[in-house]
Amino acid sequence: MNRVMAYCDRWTVAPGETVRFMVSCLGGTSYTAQILRLKQPDAGPQATPFAPEPVDAPCNGPHDGRFQAIPIGSFAVVPAHPALAPAGSFTLAAHVFPTTPAKGRQAIMGTWCEVSQTGYALEIDGQGRLAFRIGAGPGRVAVATAAPLSTRRWYHAAASYDAEAGAIILHQSPCSDHDFHPEAPATATAPAGFAPGAGGPLAFAAHSAGPAAGPSPWGGLAFAGHFNGRIDSPRLCAGVADAAARALLATDPLNAALAASLIAAWDFSRDIPTETITDIGPRRLHGSIVNLPTRAMRGHNWTGRETNWTRAPREYGAIHFHDDDLVDACWAPDFAFTVPEGQRSGVYAARVTADGFDFWVPFFVRPPRGAATSKVAFLASTATYTVYLNNRGRFLSLLTERYQGRVMVLDEIDSLLIEFPEMGLSTYDRHSDGSGVSYSSRHRPLQNFRPTGRHWNFNLDLFIVDWLEKLGGDYDVITEEDLHTEGLALLEPYSVVLTGSHPEYDSLAMLDAFEAYLRRGGRLMYMGGNGFYWRIAHHPAREGVIEVRRAEGGVRAWDTEPGEAFHSFTGEYGGLWRRNARAPQRLAGVGFISQGFDHCSYYRRTVDAADPRVAWMFAGVEDELIGDFGILQGGAAGLEIDAVDPRLGTPPHALVVARSENHSNTYELVAEEVLIPHGATDAVINPDIHADLTFFETPGGGAVFSTGSIAYAGSLAWNGFDNNLFRLTTNVLERFKSPMPFPLPK
Amino acid sequence: MFQFDKTRLDLAREFRATPWGEHSPDLQYLLSLMRRPGPEPYHVLITDRPGERWTLATMQPGSKSPPRRTNMVFTDLRAAEWHVFRLRWARLAGEELPFE
Ligand SMILES: [Fe+2]
Repeated sequence: MNRVMAYCDRWTVAPGETVRFMVSCLGGTSYTAQILRLKQPDAGPQATPFAPEPVDAPCNGPHDGRFQAIPIGSFAVVPAHPALAPAGSFTLAAHVFPTTPAKGRQAIMGTWCEVSQTGYALEIDGQGRLAFRIGAGPGRVAVATAAPLSTRRWYHAAASYDAEAGAIILHQSPCSDHDFHPEAPATATAPAGFAPGAGGPLAFAAHSAGPAAGPSPWGGLAFAGHFNGRIDSPRLCAGVADAAARALLATDPLNAALAASLIAAWDFSRDIPTETITDIGPRRLHGSIVNLPTRAMRGHNWTGRETNWTRAPREYGAIHFHDDDLVDACWAPDFAFTVPEGQRSGVYAARVTADGFDFWVPFFVRPPRGAATSKVAFLASTATYTVYLNNRGRFLSLLTERYQGRVMVLDEIDSLLIEFPEMGLSTYDRHSDGSGVSYSSRHRPLQNFRPTGRHWNFNLDLFIVDWLEKLGGDYDVITEEDLHTEGLALLEPYSVVLTGSHPEYDSLAMLDAFEAYLRRGGRLMYMGGNGFYWRIAHHPAREGVIEVRRAEGGVRAWDTEPGEAFHSFTGEYGGLWRRNARAPQRLAGVGFISQGFDHCSYYRRTVDAADPRVAWMFAGVEDELIGDFGILQGGAAGLEIDAVDPRLGTPPHALVVARSENHSNTYELVAEEVLIPHGATDAVINPDIHADLTFFETPGGGAVFSTGSIAYAGSLAWNGFDNNLFRLTTNVLERFKSPMPFPLPK
Repeated sequence: MFQFDKTRLDLAREFRATPWGEHSPDLQYLLSLMRRPGPEPYHVLITDRPGERWTLATMQPGSKSPPRRTNMVFTDLRAAEWHVFRLRWARLAGEELPFE
């Protein structure tokens, strides 16, 4: 059976611009493509029938395809240079912090080429021991092996080829770690009656494996032997370094005593936000990182006196490599779609199909640049989509069912992710060595960005699109990616901006744009829950690559290690916006209070609903209970919910017009609200857990309406759109579209 | 410490009536126990048609193999929850629940 997977190069395109698609066939040589406009999610018999609208495009129809492998795993590489293949004796050295020493042979540093069996390499061998190998071709390989390495401890490793003695020597020196681990230094030697051959480029954390048969992550080569762990301050010098020289290599490579022998000294603490690795040695043999290993990591010399890498970069000279880092699948493009002039703004997708197996590649068509074609903008939560991409860990244990309170449901595309781990991870996962994933990229096939499958993020947001379509389709689609780069200018043309169901991740530029928009009379409909929660950083050069440091508090799948709370891309402090004094309540009136995934509830009107300031909102809405129905687990209030909190910035004039109740045991108070564990933290006993339907005016005549619930959007279409939540929400949209300013209450 | 008690048929009846939503403390403890991550295979549902039909499948924790389908098909998620609950009960009790 043939299956197919694909991704595209851009998520946001304007008419006249082109989006390219990369496709891989899994067991066949052909597929068909179809461009579609998405108007609703595929959500079963209770929802609007799933009927994407075909778009005429030259790329529609059958295509030839082939398998394209995904070159997963990070490393760093310096292009081949004669100085990196010294003629006589030489020494290489580095600080090394292995995180999975027992996983099998792993490359740390060297020019080793596995195909030609030439070059040299500091490695971890198949038994978890530090090793040094040189080779001059098949059958002419020498290996010296020192002692087993412990997991998550720093070592200084130094290895020499002694041309005169015809030997290789390896020194393994454990570094002190404020504990009493009984490790001793080790030295090993082996005869080597030949000099190493030229090898390949000098690589860190992987070795070259000859020309790549498929997509190559660098230089047309394949790489293997990926290392898990940290490498800090790698050096290369001529001659056999004695103990004094090894000490200088470790700490002071530019010391005059090494001036005659130093070949290269890479300082990973330089250019941390970039993909460059900098050689401070005399030849400036700079290189680059590949597949985004994690930078701004504590080095071997971290003292704890400073936790911000921008103020003590020398203590952050480590790069943490992972065999499951992936920033770009590097596939060859297969077809392209140029958005015709005049094509309406909206949510689109290419559907690629092989043997009846559909794979979806969504993208967003914005209005022509510099123009708006509606007063209403739906802001697609592309930042949140990005950090969630390929959330693999949720499938891999019963833990998910334990906190969700339901048997897990998945489908054939979810199965692809389980079957093909090389699709990479999300920032909700841990790497294979247990460290948290802090970078996510959209330049790879994506399992959970599609109109089908679990209703979460993109798919769930299509319920909002469904409602806007029901109202006549008068809306533009814009994206958070563009909001980050264009700021206020993107929002300014619109009377109303609607968020998705879960706009959880924001950069500073995004929050500032929202605030400026609202201060100028803009209207925000925050159509979800757990929004504006985490701070993110965007890659300085690559579109669609986002960093999250899960610092200090919050509901999170992993937590940052000591001293690693500052983003490598920007130097900004990561974690919750709440911990950056920009709690979501300041912008939206409400902020994350609880999550649960077994059952959704309803809102009950409050006395505030009778306030004349919101009389327009309740026109035609007489019921006491709002949203006591829905496609998502039976109610509008649930999944992740938000509440007001004046301490955290809810404005005093905010009206909570309806409040949810009757949530289940799986709804636990968020971690940041539980400083002293007390047990009374689920919704059955804790009265703080509720979603607050909230409204307030802003000083420039604008206003904010917040649903405070992810499930809310799933109730809009209930009963053929004939329901109180539809009417209330539509009332808000209509009033927000009106140019009539909202007066601030006295 | 909460322990499984096969005489607590009241908890099974409570779950059958209310698989999702508010549970008594003891039922919640029982579900937490049944859902404890471990090395054994666990049950998941594969969507055949969204909102309409699901097939019961098993997965190996941490596995790289996709779920293995069983021959149990459901058109109602409540029935699927109850079926999985019964299987787990039987494993803990060493005997089937004495009612459907
Ligand atoms: Fe989230």
